[in-house]
This record gives sequence, C-alpha cells and structure tokens, in this order.
Amino acid sequence: MKLSLNYREIEGKSTGFWILLGGLALIIALAGGATLFMEHEGHHVTGMSNQIVWGMPHVFAIFLIVAASGALNVASIGTVFGKPLYKPLGRLSGLLAIALLLGGLVVLVLDLGRPDRLIVAMTYYNFKSIFAWNIILYNGFLAVTIVYLWLMMERRMNKYYKPAGFVAFVWRLILTTGTGSIFGFLVARQSYDAAIMAPMFVIMSFSYGLAVFILVLMAAYNWTNRPLGDVILYRLKNLLGVFIAAVLYFVLVFNLTNLYATEHHGIERFILLDGGIYTKLFWIVQIGIGSLLPLAMIYHPTVGKSRPAIATAAALVIVGAFAQLYVILIGGQAYPLVLFPGYEVSSAFFDGQITSYSPSIWEIALGVGGIALALLIVTVAVRVLRFLPETLEDAAIDPHAAGSGK
Amino acid sequence: MSESSNLADIARRNFLTRAGAVTGAAAIAPGVFLSVTASARPADEAVTARKRWGILVDTNKCASGCNDCVTACEEENGWGHSEPESNPEQKAHWIRTVDIRNKSTGFAKTLPIMCQHCETPPCVDVCPTGASFRRADGIVLVDKHICIGCRYCMMACPYKARSFVHEDLHDQKPWAPRGKGTVESCTMCVQRVDKDRIPACVEACSADNHNALIFGDLYDENSEISKALKAQDSVEIRGDLGLNTGIRYRGI
Repeated sequence: MKLSLNYREIEGKSTGFWILLGGLALIIALAGGATLFMEHEGHHVTGMSNQIVWGMPHVFAIFLIVAASGALNVASIGTVFGKPLYKPLGRLSGLLAIALLLGGLVVLVLDLGRPDRLIVAMTYYNFKSIFAWNIILYNGFLAVTIVYLWLMMERRMNKYYKPAGFVAFVWRLILTTGTGSIFGFLVARQSYDAAIMAPMFVIMSFSYGLAVFILVLMAAYNWTNRPLGDVILYRLKNLLGVFIAAVLYFVLVFNLTNLYATEHHGIERFILLDGGIYTKLFWIVQIGIGSLLPLAMIYHPTVGKSRPAIATAAALVIVGAFAQLYVILIGGQAYPLVLFPGYEVSSAFFDGQITSYSPSIWEIALGVGGIALALLIVTVAVRVLRFLPETLEDAAIDPHAAGSGK
Repeated sequence: MSESSNLADIARRNFLTRAGAVTGAAAIAPGVFLSVTASARPADEAVTARKRWGILVDTNKCASGCNDCVTACEEENGWGHSEPESNPEQKAHWIRTVDIRNKSTGFAKTLPIMCQHCETPPCVDVCPTGASFRRADGIVLVDKHICIGCRYCMMACPYKARSFVHEDLHDQKPWAPRGKGTVESCTMCVQRVDKDRIPACVEACSADNHNALIFGDLYDENSEISKALKAQDSVEIRGDLGLNTGIRYRGI
C-alpha cells in the first residue's frame, strides 16, 4: 500500500547543520568583500578587459541561471506531465530553482560596472534588447515559481497548482531561450550568432539543473538520515543520462554546421584544435570528464547502481558544465572579431590577436559566493518550511516498485 | 499676481520680442542674411534627422605609421593617458589605426577604425536600458547617466569600437564625460559638430595635408563627402551585416 507523504522541516540542530550554515555564510562574506574591492577599485583588478569583456562572474552567473531553470524540471514532470513518482520532489525542485536564480542574478548584478544603478535597469527598458527581456523573464520566473510553490504547499490551494505548474513550465522554457539568445543574437561574433544557441541552452539547463538537483537531494537525505529509495534515484540518474546525451547531440550539430561553412573554420579550429586551454577544456573536461564519463557511469550495470558513483556522475556533469560555459563565453571572446576576412590584422588594440584571460581571485570569489548564496537559501528554507518529504523510500512513492523489489 | 497670468505675461513679452526681431531681421535681411550659408544649431533646438553625419576614410591617403587622428582624438576627448592602473588590454581606445595585409597577395594598408555610427547599430539594439542610442543625425552615443556597465554593447559591436572604463578617472574634459564602470566610444566629436566644427581626427588629418578623412552631411548632396562618395566607390567594413555605417572607406 502506498504510504501517505509527510513533508517536514529538517531538524537543523546538529553541529553539522551549523557548520554548513556557518561555512556558507563565511563564503558569502568573503565574496561580499571581494565584490566591494572590485567595485571600489574598478574592473582593472579583474582579469576582464576590453578584449574579454565578460569573464568568470558571467560563467558562474549563467551556470546558476541556466541550472535554475533546469532544476524546475523535476516539478514540471510531476505537475505538467503527471508522473506521480516526481510529485514528492516538486517542492524541493521549485525551491532550488528560486535559490539558484537568486544566486546567479546576484553575481550578474554585482559584476555590473555600476551595480548602484540597478534601479535604472528596473526602470528604463529598451524592448528590443534581449537583456531587457531577460530582466522581466527572471523577475517573472521568481514570482511565478513562488506562487507555484505556495499553491503546492498550501493544502487549501492544492487544486490550483496544476495551471501554475504549467505557467512555470512554459515560463522557464522562454527564460532559457532568452538566456541562450543573449549569445544567439550576437550577429558580429564568429562563435555566437546561431539560432541553435537558444534550444542548446534549454537542453543544457535540463542537464545542469538535474545534476544539481540530484546532488542536493542526496546530500539533504543523507545528512538528515532520511530514507531515499533506489527507485526515485535511479529514475533521476537515468533521466540525467538522457539529458547529457541530448546536450552532446546539440554540441555536435552546432560544431558540424560551423565546420561546413568555410567562414567559421577559424573559430572551429581554435576551439577544437589549437586553442590551448579552450581546446583542452572542450575535449578533456566538457566532452570527456563532463559528458562521456558520467554517461558511462550512469548506464554501467553495476557502477550505475552505486550511490557514490551516481553522486560523482552528477558532480562531473557540473564540472563539465563550467567547462562548456567557459569555452562558449571566454573562448568565444578570446577569438578575435573578423573585420577583414582574408587579411592579417594588427593594431595597438589587439586586433587579430587571440587575447588571453586569467581570472582574478576576486571574480572567482564573487562567483563561488553566488553558489554559496543559493545553497544557503536552500538550507535555511528546508529548515523553516516543509519542503522535504520525511521519507522517499520506495514503498512511500511507488508501491509497485516496492512490491517487485526493484 | 497668479502664476498663470505671470506665465501669460512672459509669453506675451516673448511674442513681442520675437515679432520685433523678425520685423527687424526682415528689414536688414537683404544686406546681412543672404551672405550667411550655415550657422551652429542653437543648444535648445532638437537634432534633426534631415542630416546624417558621416566620415569618408580614403585609405590611399593614409600614411603608414601616421597616428595623428588617434592623438588628436586623445587630446580632444581626454583618453589615452588617463588610466594608469589599467593594463594595455583594459585601456580605452576610441579610435585606433589598424594595419592589414592580404594573406594571399601581400597587399597592405593602414586605416583608422572607430565607432562606425551604424544606421542600425547592434549596440543600441542590445542595450537593456537604452543608454546606447543613436541621435537623429546618425551619431551613436552612450548616455553615461543610465549606462549600468553590463558591456553587452561591447559584445555586440562588430568593430570592437567600444571600451569600458576600468578605474577611477580624474581631470576629464568637460565636453567629453567619462566614468568608471561605464562604456564609451567615439562620439564623432559631437561637442564640435554641434558648434559647426569638424571632428578632431578629421581636423588633424587635414592639418597634416593628408586629407584622408572627409567629414560631412551624407544627406546633403552638395556636401564634399556626398560628392566624393558619388564620384568613386567606397565600402563599409563588414558590409555583409547590412548596418549602413556612417563611416565609409576607400581603397580597401
């Protein structure tokens, strides 16, 4: 018989809980200090320049924003696609989506040249700008997801949560389309300017978001000694495998299309063959460690059943995600703009040159601070509100699976 | 006296003053006004879309190693020596000379590149706040008051014409405001153009007798630039993007 699901706050009294909370707060404080320093001094203390205009903070911010949208997937599968297995995970999924998005937005905003003018960004809109659209999409996503969570969590409002879940699902697809289009709409750059950027970012969000979700779920249940059954975990990891393969497919199509057009041979050669750090990051970290290895681990008949292996695979996906975003963002800028096709170009402003970028400790601190902020929000939220079911053991969520012993 | 009657008084006074001026002007016009061909646009008059400012760069006249347009721009607008903390990659460049050499034929040229003042500028399209904007007369500018420093315009510009200020600045030119954390680029010396003067780079090029740069109104078919463009072919850099730039080149 199916047990009824009870959601309960985590106890949050253990030393480990306070160490986690304190550790995250400390990282956030350090990130705050780094940010104040950067803002006071100006961006000259960073590795960013007029050649590499977006750097490490943007890699972190875009990872968090893309993962946020993907983290909501689990809730959507339960609500929109009506899969009962995923329903108990809906609350955590919504919470993670909000927390990751807030973490990403904070990083993005604090890297602005004039973060003090945030109010300007909220009051002056150029509606032709995908950035301006994103400001609306991000804020709207927060609002929609909060309402969705409330309807899910407030028993009296339960009957309304399905439409809200549908709105949130559509909203998140549009949101990530917007994030991908930040690059897709850059007509001038060899490495961007492709419509495939938008759907590729959507599929990347599925993969990144689910990897984060699996890790947070496993950590939360492990550290609070709550049971987490194999059924749900195996279902999630198999889904992650599908998403990893889907991202690989998009990466393949994107690069194949570029390889066909002679005008893109320069940038393709740079990323795939002789781009130094970017080539290594692409092949070794993004494709090897971040995609093929976790795929093999997930679908291996014995390794794929080991919890440490599943957690490791999810972590590797995140490592690969950072490599992928680094290659897209930094690699795409390091390759020079082509103003005169067929010409060698040189100037005092580094025309025609591959520019180097070494991220400063301040930028990295800001980015890590964003991750810590997202995790702190989750930790506090599950302590004060009922996000996590008391048990996710097989019998509680899927009586058939429990009966058949799968 | 109430405020509205006060305003009415002022309006009446203004009307009488203007009427008197017009009458007087009409009286002496034949003697004076006919000899005037152009005058600076008054500060309170809106910029008109009946003009479009542009520059023709004749690279055949561009001397290799000559950097006078760049130096003149630095002096006029106060960049180039004002960022001691920034490394070379971080320093601002409003205009730069670029050496190009054809890989197959060896044909080599030097030319200046600055903001190309596109008719449909990608920087304006992507700017979230509208800080990047195009004036009615075609000059593309950054409103430093609402630029939030996101640098999306720098990602979008096909010409790498824009720079971000990476540190605090001192002793700026009053007519060319710049600021830490905001983006800037060639303004086509808007402060000069609005006073019927030509941009500093064009002036410097003529002063040296190179005359590689011609500035003027692209819509006025009698302007020197329009005549020159009509007489001989010219190209836009990255013309494939269809941006209809205000800066055009000859000899490349």
